[in-house]
Amino acid sequence: MSGEIVLIVNGKPHTVQAAPDTPLLYVLRNELGLNGPHFGCAGEKCGACMVLVGAKPVLSCHLPISEIGRSRITTLEGLIEDGELHPVQRAFIEEQATQCGYCVNGMIITTAALLWKNPHPTGEQIRAALDGNLCRCGAHLRILRAVRRAEKLISGEEEE
Amino acid sequence: MMAEQSRPGNSKAGRRQGRRGSGRREAFWGQLTNWLDDWLAINPDGTVTAFSGKVELGTGVRTALAQIIAEELDVPFGRVHMVMGDTERTPDEGYTAGSMTISTSGTALRNAAAEARRFLLELAAKRLDARLDELTVQDGLISLIRHPQQKTTYAELMGGKAFNLEVTGNAPLKDPKTYTIVGTSTPREDIPRKVAGQPSFIQDLRVPGMLHGRLVRPPSAGAELILMDESSVAELPGLVKVVQRGNFIAVVAEREEQAILAAQHLKVKWREKTALPPMQDLYTTLRSQPTQDTLLVEQGDYETAFKQAARQLHAAYFQPYHAHASIGPSCAVADVKEDQITVWASTPGPYPLSGALAQLLDVPAEKVHLIHVEGAGSYGQNGSDDAAADAVILSQAVGRPVRVQWSRQDEFVWEPKAPAMVMEVHGGLDTQGNVVAWDYHVWSPSHVARARSPEQLVAGQLLSGQAAPQFGFSFGAERNAPTNYSFPNQRVTVHYLADSPLRASSFRSLGGAENTFANESFMDELAAAAGVDALEFRIRYLADARAREVLKAAAEKAGWEARPSLHGKKKKFAQGRGVAFAWYENDQAIVACVAHVQVDTTSGAVRVKRMVVAHDCGLIINQDGLKNQIEGNTIQSLSRALKEEVKFDEWRVKSVDWDSYPILTFSEVPEVEIVLINRPDQPALGAGEPSTITTAAAVANAIFDATGARLRQIPFTPERVKAALC
Repeated sequence: MSGEIVLIVNGKPHTVQAAPDTPLLYVLRNELGLNGPHFGCAGEKCGACMVLVGAKPVLSCHLPISEIGRSRITTLEGLIEDGELHPVQRAFIEEQATQCGYCVNGMIITTAALLWKNPHPTGEQIRAALDGNLCRCGAHLRILRAVRRAEKLISGEEEE
Repeated sequence: MMAEQSRPGNSKAGRRQGRRGSGRREAFWGQLTNWLDDWLAINPDGTVTAFSGKVELGTGVRTALAQIIAEELDVPFGRVHMVMGDTERTPDEGYTAGSMTISTSGTALRNAAAEARRFLLELAAKRLDARLDELTVQDGLISLIRHPQQKTTYAELMGGKAFNLEVTGNAPLKDPKTYTIVGTSTPREDIPRKVAGQPSFIQDLRVPGMLHGRLVRPPSAGAELILMDESSVAELPGLVKVVQRGNFIAVVAEREEQAILAAQHLKVKWREKTALPPMQDLYTTLRSQPTQDTLLVEQGDYETAFKQAARQLHAAYFQPYHAHASIGPSCAVADVKEDQITVWASTPGPYPLSGALAQLLDVPAEKVHLIHVEGAGSYGQNGSDDAAADAVILSQAVGRPVRVQWSRQDEFVWEPKAPAMVMEVHGGLDTQGNVVAWDYHVWSPSHVARARSPEQLVAGQLLSGQAAPQFGFSFGAERNAPTNYSFPNQRVTVHYLADSPLRASSFRSLGGAENTFANESFMDELAAAAGVDALEFRIRYLADARAREVLKAAAEKAGWEARPSLHGKKKKFAQGRGVAFAWYENDQAIVACVAHVQVDTTSGAVRVKRMVVAHDCGLIINQDGLKNQIEGNTIQSLSRALKEEVKFDEWRVKSVDWDSYPILTFSEVPEVEIVLINRPDQPALGAGEPSTITTAAAVANAIFDATGARLRQIPFTPERVKAALC
């Protein structure tokens, strides 16, 4: 335990009491009580622990909190604005795009980041973006459909 | 998620009014109860609480069960709240396994709801002074058909009381034709929570005062502790205790990252021993051990028919160990107190596990309150029961609640695997290309070694220094060893091994997937030898109209072109299609699958482009939920067929992470098209497993169709495909 670090998570500053080399994941889950990012492999291989740092999807299982500085962290919970689910979250419900749902955090974070950067990705770009996110239940096709639906919800092509 | 202790007045004991459970916790499928209050409660606010001893394993079965109750009871879906897998609140339904939840718990709840509805209608008839046929029910509101203003509700009639009734099983059931909830794609109740990051999983559970435990496992099963130097971690912050009992070692710390650090830094020396056969000898090892044999099928005179056959074919097929590879490693929380032990776990068998944990702690079974909390998808027995045992040992050692989180490596190395198997088939064709003789053999360890006693839990083995016992009974390898084809002369034999080199237990479909891989590959080999279209060849031997319809539905959707398999094509990218058929457990759901593949004949890489699956599981409860299961089964089984193999050397398991045990990624997932055949007049059958069993054969047959290369060993890696091409 050495010193205080301030993290900006979901729009608010939080003073955390953790060693500077503590991976972000454990601080988010255990100190801030968040449940979106999940422990998956602790080896940056599965995507379950993803969060947004700025607009970038980042694996939080190894990232030391001391390296984050003033960057804004957004978790799955933080995608909700004024009680309204983010269009990507809505799309995942509408497409029933999970089975067990343990990986869904990383899927939604990756999708949100992808659609910010590239509002109309090709099928290949979507698959490539999601290749770092593993799903064991086989919900892949639903997730791909959810990305397409989210694309439409965001661009206003679909009636809300 | 905050831990929820059972609410007073809503415990099973309370509802049973003294009819406390018998404490019998032995049977695999539990101890079914006929007491209506064990299954259902009508609450004063009009909601319904339903109790199922089954658990949610990530398949959406919680939603399907709630649909069944809402339908039969005539209440809105949203008013049904399911309580599942809690030893103080729900019936003992043993294990959630074998795609049985809909047919067992679903049937029990349907009968309970029908009984409740009849009872409530009779009460209403008295209160409204009417005959039963003058009443109608909608959304839990009973009214006179002619005078709708004369009405009462379920909640009013119950007045917060219990039913005090047996489920007779003779209460009238609704005609499925009138269903408005069952059969619809009712959205899953859990998805909105999960996409919003609300606590949903055992990993999200927090108990006040909880500490964090991490394991320091031996490098291999059977390794012995030589030395542990506790001083190596003495200076680390937050460390509460190093727990060492026998070969069981773990650290407990205030914070999770502190526990991880301590587990990494604790100096431990082990003496390992070579305990495994060299991996390249796995299949000869399986074939050379003493076995217990059972002849499952004997029809006609195989020996004579085979001798007289115009052509005789032989083939052997090989299935490696597979990992469940749950995306979230196992986790459990335990609070061991003097008078009460509470355990939260994502176990598939809350009652049997509570018994095993009681034995581990040497306390009466009734003292252990086991509460199921959903984990990541497990598809059988992963490490969840073992994590619960670790948690109780640690909580007992430190006198506080402890959360144990397995590492990725803990899960890959220590969870029970789907067992390796060898299948051999011999077949005879007559001069017209008819199958006149069929002889099937499978060598396998048992597929079921559930954690019903301490010796079957990793912690129990490490504490005692004893290896896992041999299988007490053998089960699962016979699943789908017999086909549903009407061969005149046939034999099917299962050869059970007493032991498994790697710890093994149930994985989706047990031996069903491997046996179907062999059976349906060999059917293809026979069809090719006979020069007959693979679809036509199968239909010849399928007498059942329902089975034929499934096969034809898949073929039609796939655009199946009738022709013998093309092979020997010398293109750089060879295209092919293959079909496989199975009747799960020979009398459950019926599945047919067509795979379209492209093979890079230079590299041997297989690209599966399209899978078509036709599926008949009787009455469909939830269309979209069923499609979700079939998509999932298809993709997961494709991953297993193309990529998966647990690696090991003579000392230890070498598949320890996602690099050494890769699974299918988004770029590799094919299109999956599904044809659902609904049979509202037939019983609802489980769909959690059946469509997992046809994939490997369909793909192997498609590779053969494309290239002439016959893949008889899973997984179909580029190296193996290339070797088979030569």
